[in-house]
Amino acid sequence: MNFDHILIRYGEMALKGKNRRSFEQKLQRNLIRKLKAYPATKIKKTKDRMYVLLNGEDPHEVMEICRKVFGIHSLSFAVKVEKSEEQLKEAVLLAFNDAKGARTFKISAKRSDKEFPIPSQELNPLLGGHILQNTEGVTVDVHHPDVEIKVEVRNDAAYITAQDYPGAGGLPVGTTGQSLLMLSGGIDSPVAGYLTMKRGVDLEAIHFHSPPYTSERSKQKVIDLAEQLSNYGNSIKVHVVPFTEIQQKIAREMPEGYSMTITRRMMMRLSEKLADQRGILSLTTGESLGQVASQTMESMSAINDVTNYPIIRPLVAMDKLEIIDVSRKIDTYGISIRPYEDCCTVFVPKAPKTKPTKENANYYESSVDFSQDLDKALAETYTIELQDGKRLHQEDEFKDLF
Amino acid sequence: MIYLDNSATTHPHEEVLRSYQKVADVYYANPSSVHRFGSEVERLLQQSRTQAAQLFGVHSREVIFTSGGTEGNNMAIKGIAFMHQNRGKHMITSSVEHPSVMEAFRALESLGFEVTYLPVDSEGKVQPSDVSDAMRKDTILVSIMSVNNELGTIQPIREIGQIVRPFPKAFFHVDHVQGLGKIDLPIKEYAIDLCTVSGHKIHGLKGTGALIVQNNVSLFPLLHGGGQELEARAGTENLAGNVAFVKALRLLLEKKEDKRAHMSSLRNQLWHDLIENQQVVINSPKNGAPHILNFSVPGYRPEVMIHALGEEDIFISTKSACSSKEPDVSAILQACGLNSDRTTSALRVSFSYENTEDELRTFVQTLNSKIEKLQATMGR
Repeated sequence: MNFDHILIRYGEMALKGKNRRSFEQKLQRNLIRKLKAYPATKIKKTKDRMYVLLNGEDPHEVMEICRKVFGIHSLSFAVKVEKSEEQLKEAVLLAFNDAKGARTFKISAKRSDKEFPIPSQELNPLLGGHILQNTEGVTVDVHHPDVEIKVEVRNDAAYITAQDYPGAGGLPVGTTGQSLLMLSGGIDSPVAGYLTMKRGVDLEAIHFHSPPYTSERSKQKVIDLAEQLSNYGNSIKVHVVPFTEIQQKIAREMPEGYSMTITRRMMMRLSEKLADQRGILSLTTGESLGQVASQTMESMSAINDVTNYPIIRPLVAMDKLEIIDVSRKIDTYGISIRPYEDCCTVFVPKAPKTKPTKENANYYESSVDFSQDLDKALAETYTIELQDGKRLHQEDEFKDLF
Repeated sequence: MIYLDNSATTHPHEEVLRSYQKVADVYYANPSSVHRFGSEVERLLQQSRTQAAQLFGVHSREVIFTSGGTEGNNMAIKGIAFMHQNRGKHMITSSVEHPSVMEAFRALESLGFEVTYLPVDSEGKVQPSDVSDAMRKDTILVSIMSVNNELGTIQPIREIGQIVRPFPKAFFHVDHVQGLGKIDLPIKEYAIDLCTVSGHKIHGLKGTGALIVQNNVSLFPLLHGGGQELEARAGTENLAGNVAFVKALRLLLEKKEDKRAHMSSLRNQLWHDLIENQQVVINSPKNGAPHILNFSVPGYRPEVMIHALGEEDIFISTKSACSSKEPDVSAILQACGLNSDRTTSALRVSFSYENTEDELRTFVQTLNSKIEKLQATMGR
């Protein structure tokens, strides 16, 4: 006997009144896409739950995938069996064994089929007794059990549900609109992207590439990060902006102490223009207050001055170590720490202003016209698309080798 | 030619050779080089690691490419011993391991480590209860092979994994060189911390292979240098070899059920045909790996049999090629408690999915006629 379906509970999205239907549909569609590699699976929706019918696919592999999908509060393995004492016994033992290391348990039996000869008060000790007989050092605890096993005897069959696994939480990706993530190669921006996706946001990303100051490897790193992020949501388009000429012009014509601030302002302007072109209503950054010179209150104010788009900063109040924890969890850390230069580290002034003012920045910028440079960079921007951990539309030059 | 020594090594698949040649020819840059050519080659290296990881069901951080089984076993055993000796100096293995495991442990004994060599039953099998009994607080490593190279015995790896799992200080290493492709070994599910595999046993190339090392396991490297292979094995990567290994792995796993079924049916046929000859005694267990059949012809020196068959272009072996330089007695069969009639006359036939029923029929006929011819000088 093995589990034949996975029960999915929604959590927060259950509260969303009228939107609920579209939320459910989104979740269902996201699940279907993520489970493409398991073609026998089917998603079934009932009033307030969703079920993945396994139809012979590996329960644990499917569970692993579902646990990464946003919009799910918790999940449990479940099995549908014939209404016989033997089958019920086997099923509760299977359900108990799923909770590795559990020492205490509780059985909650419900009998909606009154034809079934054993009443629920008798089912609990009967099935619990079977677990006790087949395990060592395990006890019943009806108040604080390590695992609660639910048994429902219905008209068509009996259903046994094992322990709860926490889901990824959040909202189904695609239910709360789009944002443009400013993606560098560092640790923070992928985490910011992940957390934004968790709130149901569909991401596109913008990356500034400055060859030959930054290498192919540093661009590849960003693509790999986006590829990893795409495992958690829908497809991600990475827009790569050629940024060399603008950086050179800033280095040449702007005062050194302000070059960092002005570089950021240019990036912000380009991001806003691109978002506008794409019909995206907000920007997302990995800024965390006080972390580096560009992320002081003064810097943020001076940089933010060039746009009135909402900027989502999920990390703004997080500590570096907390950010690193998330980045390890989502498997971007190993990519982020590859040692290649990014465009922000190439032209770092020796002493960047930590307290720039927008007045000064505006004053310096007013002496030089950057508008054509920005338009040119945007015109030469190219796009790479990633989905479910793979790059789309790419000739795989190594394919025949493997 | 009838080649029945596939446990010693296999014929490289032509697609494997083609991949090797192309990578060696086209992508020869050093992946650590800064230039674009280097970065392209580095990307290929990363891809080969990702692909290997997928095929093993692990994370790409968990694949270390090696030069093969001997290196993988040494890297795992010595790497754990040197890295974790402050936690304890006791290790457990079986008495039927491959020399690259056995000798690594013997060497560590000479450095003050304590090693328990578990006994096996008459089929060469380790008893899980013996592992339980041998576990101690200072045990840092348990190393058991998945499939025995001389007998084809399949060890109870899942059960042993469950025994080792609750001991936080102990790591579990499996020498999976003979088992790769022949039996399933879900690394995570079986709680295996380190797993050695080799390319040339699966129609890949000599000098290729990998050690799978679970994420949380740290090893003391055998080779220090430029930090290649995730700091675990320095030296410029053998990228062509790595790619060729992945190719061999992919080919192996294609239609693996069909291949296994074919080998099993060959083995059954051979078993049947062999026991018709009263002088033959089978040593392998009935439910062993599908590609190895070990038997003895008591009274007949195996080396003479090998040469006699060789005259007819049929190639089988005595025991593991790696220990063939010693006299005829098989230490593995000895450990199984077989009498000297059998331990000194053992022959091993090992096939691949490429062998045919006809080849095995010819082999048995030839064997029988050679036994008859040699009767006068060797038979009892």
